Amino acid sequence: MIFKTKLSQIQQLPLGALKNELVKNEKRLSALFFHPADRYLYVVCSDDEKGELSLFKTPIETHRYQSLTPSYPAAHMFEREILETHQIVPEDHPWPKPVRFIKDLIGDTNFYRIGGSESHEVAVGPVHAGVIEPGHFRFQCHGETVYHLEISLGYQYRGIETKLIGGPSLRTLHYMETLAGDTSIGHTWAYCKNVESLSNIVVGERETLLRAIMLELERLANHTGDMGALAGDVGYLPTLSYCGRIRGDYLNMSAFICGSRFGRGMLKPGGVAFDLSVDQIKELELRLDKVFRDTKGAINVLWHSNMVLNRLEGTGMITPKEARDLGFVGMVARASGLKLDIRKNFDHGNLYRDLPMALCDTGDVFARAQLRWLEMKNSYTFIKNALEKLKNTAPLETIKPGQLENDTLTVSLVEGWRGEICHVAITNSDGLFSTYKVIDPSFHNWTALALSLRNQEISDFPLCNKSFNLSYCGHDL
Amino acid sequence: MLDVLRERLKQKKRTSTYPGKPVQLPERFRGRPQVDLNLCTSFECSACEKVCPTGAITCQNHRPSIDLGKCLFCLECTQACPSKAISFSNDYRLATSERSDLVISADANYELKKAKALKKEMLRLYGRSLKLRQISAAGCNACEADTNVLGTLFFDLSRFGIQIVASPRHADGILVTGPVSKNMEVALRKTYEAVPGPRIVIATGACAISGGIFSGHEETNCGLDSIIPVDLYIPGCPPHPMTILDGLLRLLSQKTN
Repeated sequence: MIFKTKLSQIQQLPLGALKNELVKNEKRLSALFFHPADRYLYVVCSDDEKGELSLFKTPIETHRYQSLTPSYPAAHMFEREILETHQIVPEDHPWPKPVRFIKDLIGDTNFYRIGGSESHEVAVGPVHAGVIEPGHFRFQCHGETVYHLEISLGYQYRGIETKLIGGPSLRTLHYMETLAGDTSIGHTWAYCKNVESLSNIVVGERETLLRAIMLELERLANHTGDMGALAGDVGYLPTLSYCGRIRGDYLNMSAFICGSRFGRGMLKPGGVAFDLSVDQIKELELRLDKVFRDTKGAINVLWHSNMVLNRLEGTGMITPKEARDLGFVGMVARASGLKLDIRKNFDHGNLYRDLPMALCDTGDVFARAQLRWLEMKNSYTFIKNALEKLKNTAPLETIKPGQLENDTLTVSLVEGWRGEICHVAITNSDGLFSTYKVIDPSFHNWTALALSLRNQEISDFPLCNKSFNLSYCGHDL
Repeated sequence: MLDVLRERLKQKKRTSTYPGKPVQLPERFRGRPQVDLNLCTSFECSACEKVCPTGAITCQNHRPSIDLGKCLFCLECTQACPSKAISFSNDYRLATSERSDLVISADANYELKKAKALKKEMLRLYGRSLKLRQISAAGCNACEADTNVLGTLFFDLSRFGIQIVASPRHADGILVTGPVSKNMEVALRKTYEAVPGPRIVIATGACAISGGIFSGHEETNCGLDSIIPVDLYIPGCPPHPMTILDGLLRLLSQKTN
């Protein structure tokens, strides 16, 4: 999905009208950010049923404005981010704390606490027990029961968005590949779409198919890894062992195509860096069939174990209302029954016409596991069809993007394996980025993990955590 | 139960035969870069230096040298070179003991000084059993993922006596990924100090070695060795799991390929 407009043509709304628009029309918020160059709040809303985006801007004259969060909770993280980055205070925001500790001392914040002599607090991180990115978790417990979990991140803050201003530069594409290293293809594709739209390039069918194949391979690799890890967290070793290995098989397919297990170097604005010959397509088809057979076997034994199902069912619930009100995206939303998949809702090029939208409705760890498996089956079929189509498409024709349009805003949406990736680019009068905003699905969804832990046993934390598997660096940027 | 056993038979034994037999890496895998001196015209060109996103290439004495500690193994230089003098080989054995050994000169006879084994006493202590604590300090989760994968059945790290452990108190050293963000610096130091000495420090990936793509950011440091001394440098963005394994085995003086 790509949307482009001149800055001057964006509808201007006063704050009150903006609030009405969001609340009354039940808009879903894809992005909300402050643009210091013209002192406007920019708002990107998605209409998932119609497959349309609507944009608004609201002038912010002073250093304060009335917070949207009390009447529209999905804005809560965005408003905290605006406060931290631009020191613009959202008045009456219930939770105005640092998001990434850009200026404050890391972790120095007033954590929420429950009182009483029988309650206790458990603190975990920033360094975790496995090979995982850093973050801090505070559990408020009574016995084994968690009443509240507060997640405090920022340890991964690398200052990327600041460095994107004034770009595109030599580094821009490589920043995109490392925004969240496990989502290199998702983020890079979103970036490429923005640059292509701003320089009025249309990429060919073959390029698009190759990009889509890479995106689904990324999804398969990550979902497989997560299925294994979920099995590991309930102590079911067969699936853990097989999936750990099979995940590598999918990564190696990405490396077969472009030399990198994470798809580094494959996408660039204007096209792709590597093509597949007919023989390579056949080889890939064979490999995919073989690996997917193994995947099927590894995951089916999991569903046949009652003990596993017993641990997954009813654990870590997210209700559809919570998902809608707090603006959760991707797998988390679909596991709670929300029809929210950029590939389907915003499929303007018909690339995903034959892809069904996987949906579950129970919102528990089981739903998020089952959804992964449904999506893996869909991704497998999609790649098979795409490889078949690839045999009959015109050869690659990589175009080099030229000067970017000036004073323009583009929004690009991609359904990464975690969910909606939203990139918003605004160019200045010279055609350079005056803002480049990145919203990783994790930015919306970390709150879901915190909510899912309420009234759970603390021993269910690893299981709940893995069922979301959110990105720390994608959040911290 | 029977279906579990049936599945076990179907999935077979898939552990790599390395180091008995060499591993097959994909044809397009980008390992050690090389410069063909007969083709390079850097006297009037330096196109590769100009496009390198991390400043890994310097054209001194009219010859490009490449710093693997900064290299992202991306395609910018190979695509920019008018005479196609720069290419990537399939050689994954890139780890070194010294930071300076990572700088590859364009000399035709140049060989990368691969990582040396630990000193005798350290080898006696850790040669057959090394426990490592992994610290991600603003790594993007690619280095972490390809370190984690060493624990899976295919690589089966523990058959070499190496294990990733869950506490610094149980560890003999740390394996660090990421450029070390300012927000992780204290946690990194504390974890390092919590490891009982003598300790081993391993910098994994371009970020941990030089800051990588984030070098020059005020929010991050420029590599681990500006904070604590490093014993093993494993370059790549991210390093292939085989590059990491090869480095670890060389450090422990075990058989490699």
